[in-house]
Amino acid sequence: MSQVQNNNPTTVSGRPIEALYTASDAGAPPGLPGEFPYTRGIHETMYRGRLWTMRQFAGFGTARQTNERFKFLVEKGQTGLSTAFDLPTLMGLDSDNPRSLGEVGRLGVAVDTIDDMLTLYDDIDIGQLSVSMTINAPAAVLMAFYLAAAGERGFDVAALRGTIQNDILKEFHAQNEFVFPPEPHVRLVVDVIEYCTRHVPQWYPVSISGYHIREAGSTAAQELAFTLADGLHYIDKTLERGLAIDDFAPRLSFFFNAHNDLFEEVAKYRAARTVWAHRLRDHYGAANEASWKLRFHAQTAGCTLQDKLPELNLVRVAYQALAAVLGGCQSLHTNSMDETLALPSEHAAMLAVLTQKVLAHETGVTNTVDPLGGSYFVESLTEQMAAEAERYFEQIESLGGMLEALERGFFRREIADAAFAYQRQLDAERKLIVGVNAFQQAEQKPIELLTVDAAVEQEQIERLRKLKLQRDNDQVGRTLDALRRAAEGDGNLMPALMEVAHARVTVGEAMAALAEVFGRYEAAVT
Amino acid sequence: MTESATYPLRIVLAKVGLDGHDRGIKVVARGLRDAGFHVIYSGLWQTPEAVARTVADEDADYLGLSLLSGAHMTLVPRILDELRSRGLGHVGVLVGGIIPEDDIPQLLEMGVVQVFGPGTPLPDIAAFLRQQGSRTQ
Repeated sequence: MSQVQNNNPTTVSGRPIEALYTASDAGAPPGLPGEFPYTRGIHETMYRGRLWTMRQFAGFGTARQTNERFKFLVEKGQTGLSTAFDLPTLMGLDSDNPRSLGEVGRLGVAVDTIDDMLTLYDDIDIGQLSVSMTINAPAAVLMAFYLAAAGERGFDVAALRGTIQNDILKEFHAQNEFVFPPEPHVRLVVDVIEYCTRHVPQWYPVSISGYHIREAGSTAAQELAFTLADGLHYIDKTLERGLAIDDFAPRLSFFFNAHNDLFEEVAKYRAARTVWAHRLRDHYGAANEASWKLRFHAQTAGCTLQDKLPELNLVRVAYQALAAVLGGCQSLHTNSMDETLALPSEHAAMLAVLTQKVLAHETGVTNTVDPLGGSYFVESLTEQMAAEAERYFEQIESLGGMLEALERGFFRREIADAAFAYQRQLDAERKLIVGVNAFQQAEQKPIELLTVDAAVEQEQIERLRKLKLQRDNDQVGRTLDALRRAAEGDGNLMPALMEVAHARVTVGEAMAALAEVFGRYEAAVT
Repeated sequence: MTESATYPLRIVLAKVGLDGHDRGIKVVARGLRDAGFHVIYSGLWQTPEAVARTVADEDADYLGLSLLSGAHMTLVPRILDELRSRGLGHVGVLVGGIIPEDDIPQLLEMGVVQVFGPGTPLPDIAAFLRQQGSRTQ
């Protein structure tokens, strides 16, 4: 067993921490929950009024299989659905594309056409339930499929509720699911924001995500700063469409990571709210209080899970969930203990949800609002992180703004440097991971894992082949031509995408048509 | 046994399929470079054919593949076949990422030299390569 004497402790992000914090470190008092700048939370009563939403992400196999799981979840009382798509869908490829080989239905559900979308939510009252879709590069296409499918089923589109992730910038920074160059890709993001603002007003059209930036190895401060900077870029681009800030800002939402370093994470969420509120009010002149409030979903950090002693991941997830709740999240996904080994088994998924129930109902952390408010340490960290975010904004500005900094590789370099520095700390045992580089145990008891049926891929490809024979292929050609023409202009592409959806055009065909106009973006090696 | 005194071992690192998780492979690339290896990182979304071509062009001793999407049992055999069909069967193939325990014996049987799971220290990978030494004949 290794044991390191730590005389210079730092956070998991490498931030030096003092032995003691006093009133002189904490700066100005943070105000009240529910009041500008919302450092202590966006609601006056927080979890005394209403618990956070326990929103677990699911999807696998065919649309029919995921539909069965969704119906099961709804019967169990879940009030919102969260949809995971497979990698080909996330990359805007059809199931029969050679590049999709081995990936169809594996990490999420395969959706090729509006018919899959109809099957996915079949027999589910999407007029009542809120539906979340984690999709980015082809988000506009999938949003059009969803709205067109809801229309075909007779739902009032204007009343639909849900969230689409639709955040392409973090794909370029970190997650690597992008197809077009950054500028047209951002245009599509803004098309969805604009369209939903005008026609689906209860929808959250973008979930501005730091989660993946952190998973790629960033520090907490980088996660905070880059995510907010992405949000500010979307605001600037949406304002150019002639919408007023208060028309759409209340429907912007965020998605952050919940990592291991408890107090640093809490400070990150508090700083995020503070910085956002000031920007929205003071820079953009938003007058509606709802525009000032940063709402966020949190997910525990997948990158902290270990394959040694997987049960120990339950403990990590519980502490991370505690950080998210002490930081005032609106909804939370807790990871399953077996996710470094396979997709979650049913048993592991159940334990993950119940971890949140223990937190909500056994620990007492919900009894009072923002229990850490006024802690010298937490307030000091909150101020430091807010100041760091502002410094990063200035740096991005000095590089020529978001897209220029992105093209120069600034974000990817910053994140890769942080990831490498952290690995060096692990290798030198200056940071410890129990069971991995410290306190290793000889005993390794295997746990039960989920396996995905390989027949799914053939089933989905067959379904697609039949559809391509049965649909009106003249209509397919006409709507794709109209989409290309629309893409050459500068109008909103959502109406053309809705027509494409009704014509049973595939995700891959729609994305290929757009790529003819926009071009494709090669993945950077750095 | 070790050739590292005469010339640095050459290793191609690649992401195959659609999986975009590149944190691990980039950290490994940098770590091995710092440890004195000649590292070529081919980037994301490589096809099996493209990977085999890079291995040939770079005259590599080793090929390191990183897969976190669950597609390893489909993609790794195809890459091994591509290598063999080009007369590159001697190249040592390493696999990293999220690989379920049950799949590891099968991968080794197919001809993979070693599987490195999450949490593997960089010095362990470097030490393994030095111990194995050059693969070229």
